[in-house]
Amino acid sequence: MHKNIILCGVGGQGTILASKLMAAAAMSKGFEVKTAETIGMAQRGGSVFSHVRIGEGLKSPMIAPGKADIIIAFEPAEAVRHLPFLKEGGTVVASLAPIFPVSTMIGDSSYPLEEVLQQLKKSVKNLTLIDSEAAAKELGSMKVLNVLLLGAAVRTGELGLELEDIGAALHEKVPARFHELNEKALRYTEGKKLS
Amino acid sequence: MHREFLMGNEAIALGAMAAGVRLVAGYPGTPSTEVLETVAKRNPGNIYVEWSVNEKAAMELAAGAAYSGARAMVTMKQVGLNVASDPLMSLEYVGVKGGLVVMVADDPGPISSQTEQDTRTFAQFAKVPVFDPSSVAEAYEMIQEAFDFSEKYHTPVFFRCTTRVDHGYEAIQVKDAEEYKNVPMEGFVKDSSRWVIFPRLSLKNHGLIEKRNQELTAVLSEYPRNAIQRENGSYGDNAARKGIASHGISYMYALDSLDEENHVRLLKVATPFPFPEELALQFLEGLDEVLCIEELDPVIERALLQICGKHHLNVRIRGKLTGDMAAAGENTMLSVGRAISSFLGLSEESLPKPADIPLPVRPPVLCAGCPHRASFYAVKQAMKGKKTIYCGDIGCYTLGNAMPLDMCDTCLCMGAGINIAQGVGHLDKETKCFAFVGDSTFFAAGLTGVVNAFYNQADMTLVVLDNSTTAMTGHQPHPGTGRTVMGQVVEKVSIEKVLRAIGLTVVETVNPLDFKQARDTIQRVAEEPGVKAVIFRSPCIAVTKPAGHSAVAAEKCVGCKKCIRELGCPALILKDGKAFIDASLCTGCTLCEQICPVGAISGGDKTVASSDCPRTSASLRVGGDRNA
Ligand code: SF4
Ligand code: SF4
Repeated sequence: MHKNIILCGVGGQGTILASKLMAAAAMSKGFEVKTAETIGMAQRGGSVFSHVRIGEGLKSPMIAPGKADIIIAFEPAEAVRHLPFLKEGGTVVASLAPIFPVSTMIGDSSYPLEEVLQQLKKSVKNLTLIDSEAAAKELGSMKVLNVLLLGAAVRTGELGLELEDIGAALHEKVPARFHELNEKALRYTEGKKLS
Repeated sequence: MHREFLMGNEAIALGAMAAGVRLVAGYPGTPSTEVLETVAKRNPGNIYVEWSVNEKAAMELAAGAAYSGARAMVTMKQVGLNVASDPLMSLEYVGVKGGLVVMVADDPGPISSQTEQDTRTFAQFAKVPVFDPSSVAEAYEMIQEAFDFSEKYHTPVFFRCTTRVDHGYEAIQVKDAEEYKNVPMEGFVKDSSRWVIFPRLSLKNHGLIEKRNQELTAVLSEYPRNAIQRENGSYGDNAARKGIASHGISYMYALDSLDEENHVRLLKVATPFPFPEELALQFLEGLDEVLCIEELDPVIERALLQICGKHHLNVRIRGKLTGDMAAAGENTMLSVGRAISSFLGLSEESLPKPADIPLPVRPPVLCAGCPHRASFYAVKQAMKGKKTIYCGDIGCYTLGNAMPLDMCDTCLCMGAGINIAQGVGHLDKETKCFAFVGDSTFFAAGLTGVVNAFYNQADMTLVVLDNSTTAMTGHQPHPGTGRTVMGQVVEKVSIEKVLRAIGLTVVETVNPLDFKQARDTIQRVAEEPGVKAVIFRSPCIAVTKPAGHSAVAAEKCVGCKKCIRELGCPALILKDGKAFIDASLCTGCTLCEQICPVGAISGGDKTVASSDCPRTSASLRVGGDRNA
């Protein structure tokens, strides 16, 4: 198996924990893993990414443009920003809820949400969009968006991992009092028809 | 041995522990910080670890340990090396007894630094050998070799990484604690002919160092991590006419970009100084041209050019100096892949193009509820209509330059803002000069600046932004926090008392979240003559519990957008023409409540948000912004 996965979003959304869960799940199956991510100043409201590579004989932890099997985007504009990394026919799982940066609020940059969504639908064949606001209402928390998206990504079959693998990693990395909520988030998309 | 999924910096820390390090000191700086944190966290109990006030202090501490025969390590980022350079330059002349590794993290890009300086170049200047790993796994092994090498040749050595190795993660094999080396320590033995640096000793040692470094070019040619790659396909083919020389993460990018059909010879340089000259000669033999793929300075390129000149070799050396590689910035899979394709004359794959719709710009901003926002806003309002200069410094609060606050007119290096303000003030009496400095920066590099400004009769206002932590790098303790990295509770150093001891008579402490009081204090203090100080004290939102959150009463909001336009708090957005507060981000700091002209916002509690910092840095590591 050889998988290149990109997680992207805005600082504070939990992309790093999601990449750690994926890495732990892959390791438990005996795969090699290398990852690289944004850390530090850029995290404060900036665009962030994690590259996760699973497989044998990996050299660099970074993924080349056009080589990602799947992009898991925590925010729609960030999904579009990272599209050049996606391989032909690759998969995208994205949250529909936009995060407006301060620069947009004070009029220094624009956020054409409609165009962003159009672009995603136009250029991605295997696209799963998650209404994360509705999901957050149902689950009672926005904090588990990362695990919810992971669950949806597993469902696409593109990660080469099972929900159980991620679930086991969750038990190891997340405090016990959050297990139930995270389990629910992980299985949230099960049985649901997704766009 | 066991397998662990480790960040590069964690691997370096565990490697140093496996090598028997006994003292680790440093000053936090991205991307180096996690090395020391990991030693603190996984300390088997016999390692002295501290966050020093700055890199110079850390370097001198480590020198003391190494004089005593113990293995020691200092950690810092590339700009921190400038601060430590004074002791380091002399230490290379004096030498060490126990192994001393200077771990420096370089930041190509730069992603979070003032400069793109290259520690490999610094190594040549300082005459200090340098090790440059290309992966997390290699970093773990190589740091252990660096300690052995340092001890064997009685010299401090650099262990230099870049962001993608420091912050890359890999599952690697590491030693169990029982397998750690135990290096016996002799203790300091008096010998003034060895440990006291007099001009005569310097002259003698300079000669010896130059001779040793010359000899090391041969020794390092045998070091297996410097290598001509032969394992794949035709890489090592003697008939190849083209070569690629690389290092660090760029070497990995190159390997990933090549396949077995590519007819090329590869040189990996793990010790750029002293340069493995004999090995390079073997590599160059029979080649027509070489592409040097490196980050930051053209160190390998210059070394190869020099060797070609010295040995009259007719090999064309290409890289940054010939414009084949970018002179500045971080290498990427894309840039390296493209450079190799054009060098080898391969056709390039066509790549998907970026979307041509305007995507929102997301520069980093001060967090929602950050007390620095309130401090900057108070000064801005207090000084409205006056000619001012706001000298910023290094820390989260450098982000005060972002719109709409726009409160950072200069930023040079740690502690510099204070004397820049002094300099402006001496020549321009009309301008009200302000210097902003964080609490950690104040101790690291601000103190001498205040002494200088005070003694030399400056006219300026010092604003200490005290959020009770070193927030930018992930909440390390400092002398003002009353806690050490090992969790010990110790006596705090009081910023107020220090300032008064220097001689300042006006030193006021205010909670910046109390807008009116903060603004009025600045107005009053700025009118006083000489050097005066306002300490804005309110803990970083990451070390305190949020006080619920504020909310906008939509029926009261008149949609004037004052809160959004003037504060730039990421929790405040516009929804259907009215302000709206994202409850998941808002900390209830109340700043927006205090400035809304119609009183449409309520619900926060600034007194709770500003209560004393309840959490330790250890608990922060679990829940803090590392997991973000
Ligand atoms: S109270 Fe206002 S300014 Fe403070 S964090 Fe909440 S929205 Fe931002
Ligand atoms: S300042 Fe007050 S009235 Fe103006 S937009 Fe903000 S909440 Fe509404």
